[in-house]
Amino acid sequence: MNKIFAKQSIVVPIVSIFLGLMFGAIVMLAGGYNPITAYNALVSEIFSSRYNIGETIANITPLILTGLAVAFAFRTGLFNIGVEGQLIVGMTAATIVGIEFGYLPWFVHMPLSVIAAALAGGLWGGLAGYLKASRGVNEVITTIMLNFIALYLGNYLIKAFYLEPGTARSYKIEDSASLRTDWMTNLFDGARVDLGLIIALIAVIAFYIILWKTKQGFELRAVGLNHHAAKNAGINVNSNVVKAMFISGMLAGLAGATRSLGLFDAQTIAAAYTGLGFDGIAVALLGGNGAIGIVLAATLFGSLKFGGGGMNYVEGVPNEIINVVIASVIFFVAANGIFKLIIKPFKAKRKQKGAAS
Amino acid sequence: MKKFLLTLSALMLVFSVVLAGCGQAEDEEDMNDTNGSGDMEEDATEENKGASDISFGMVTDVGGVDDKSFNQSAWEGLNKLEADLGTAEPKYLQSDSDADYIPHLNKMIKDKDLTWGIGFNMADAIIETAERNPDAKLAIIDNEIKDIPNIVSVTFSENEGAYLVGVVAGLTTNTNKIGFVGGVDIPVIKNFELGFLEGVKAVNPEAEVEKNYTGAFDKADLGKNAAATMFDSGVDIIFHAAGGTGNGVFTEAKERKANGQDVWVIGVDKDQSIEFGNEVTLTSMIKKVDEAVYQVSADLVEGKYEGGSHIVLGLKENGVGLPEENPNITDEILAQVEEYKEKIVSGEITVPSAYE
Repeated sequence: MNKIFAKQSIVVPIVSIFLGLMFGAIVMLAGGYNPITAYNALVSEIFSSRYNIGETIANITPLILTGLAVAFAFRTGLFNIGVEGQLIVGMTAATIVGIEFGYLPWFVHMPLSVIAAALAGGLWGGLAGYLKASRGVNEVITTIMLNFIALYLGNYLIKAFYLEPGTARSYKIEDSASLRTDWMTNLFDGARVDLGLIIALIAVIAFYIILWKTKQGFELRAVGLNHHAAKNAGINVNSNVVKAMFISGMLAGLAGATRSLGLFDAQTIAAAYTGLGFDGIAVALLGGNGAIGIVLAATLFGSLKFGGGGMNYVEGVPNEIINVVIASVIFFVAANGIFKLIIKPFKAKRKQKGAAS
Repeated sequence: MKKFLLTLSALMLVFSVVLAGCGQAEDEEDMNDTNGSGDMEEDATEENKGASDISFGMVTDVGGVDDKSFNQSAWEGLNKLEADLGTAEPKYLQSDSDADYIPHLNKMIKDKDLTWGIGFNMADAIIETAERNPDAKLAIIDNEIKDIPNIVSVTFSENEGAYLVGVVAGLTTNTNKIGFVGGVDIPVIKNFELGFLEGVKAVNPEAEVEKNYTGAFDKADLGKNAAATMFDSGVDIIFHAAGGTGNGVFTEAKERKANGQDVWVIGVDKDQSIEFGNEVTLTSMIKKVDEAVYQVSADLVEGKYEGGSHIVLGLKENGVGLPEENPNITDEILAQVEEYKEKIVSGEITVPSAYE
């Protein structure tokens, strides 16, 4: 019996992805595009060269971090929509520290910039947590509002103090703060893979250990499962809410650091959100708010996003249709409860533990 | 909570599917072919290739090739090249965010003989790509890059063209209130603004010019809002230099015109009266991106690509200016425009520039 359980847990997502791709194919056919060449282009775009694999990884990295950030708050029963804002605040802090303090050696400067990003993101998230704990303000509202403040505050700080004349971005960060390393860049043939990947993987492990291997993590999860019960058991709910939002914000801030210290070497005056924070919500839900699940979900999400460019290039599928295809794959994976119902009569009954599925 | 999240996520996904579906359908007929014919002969150089083996690609910033102004103009340049010289079918890639520039450029340079970066913001990505791939040939519009042997950069003297439409606006306004809607506050757009202000001032020192930078080139709703605010405050002519955002300015003006309000829009980059009609388009500040793209690309076909060069196109070079036909401008005003044009070309008037 156990074997069937294990198999089914793999079968369901695979069937879901397949159905999503089928649905996407129908949309493409309706639009007059050949789905077979398009999917071929999608896959070859992701795997065809070291460069492409590297760029796919570069797409996945921030999604892992924002996914973890959202999931960490979810586990404590909080819906952190503010990951986007915390990311921007973290990115701005990393840029500022990365531009200043150029006299430090890299092994001090780079970690310092990353830590600054994490702290700034953490404080931004913690602010929403504090308002929730002390005044009972719903964190969904505060974090959405803080997103706007973060976007325009970041733009203002860069524009007012760090704008390189004649450009629409900040000065370049000092090399000593850069997350890029020659060996990683060369390993992936010039793709923008950097130490952000290592940071993301460390964050995955830390996420797991904090939540499942420490007393603090137990408290956080207890608050998330039922805060009344947690309170009666002597857990300080309010302080845990602030802590959860702080750590969630730190993870988001790290995602911001990977952008200005890794991907771009600078921070652009942004007209709009990066979207990574919102994608993080989908990643966390898809991944069932678990460490491994989030890595897998971010991989799916990031690969589709990067591979989608190949569909445009080879088969000429417009971006809008590509987004429909990506969304339908994710939709079917997220709604895999439907297929469980269909599969159920054929398979043994199975306990469901996933949070989102 | 769990149920709520599930519902919310499902709703969000449905919503995103719907939203994505609402996006404008792009004109894709000429994009369906899978491959240019030049891919096979990697060793062939431009000199011994026929024109049909030479292929061009372009990467846009976040706006698409259907933005009815800047990107569309560049794309038309490449398509004209195909029609005139029989070069291989051009391709474009649209960036979803600034993170896409470099992977898109890398994709293009693999099998295109010349890759265009369309827009000021792409400079860093173009430079990085060019330095990493010294064999690739690149070109950029709207940003000056010097001394990199495999980049040609083209900029325009927008200030000179904007000066002329400023003259038109200054002489046409009834309320003495004129608006300027900009996209992102970058030197290129600043250049439009400076020239425009100067032009208005030259003929109508009384007139006030209201400015609004919307912060985006691809958000028509922001353009519409900005235009509504200006028209409400008594502005009767708006000059926009905002790419796709400017489409919202036209929408708002059309609605007002239908309600009997006497308002005008001055278009940008292309002759926008073709797209939006003569009833709202006073004139346009044409920036011949299409011709610049065409010319530099045609040079490559003839083996005259000059990497490292920087081309400036102003009134003198006929790179900016008003359209041929201006049915909404009186002959007297046109005569004055012509006068100012000559003064600028001869150097009698120096229009302030945002560069340097």
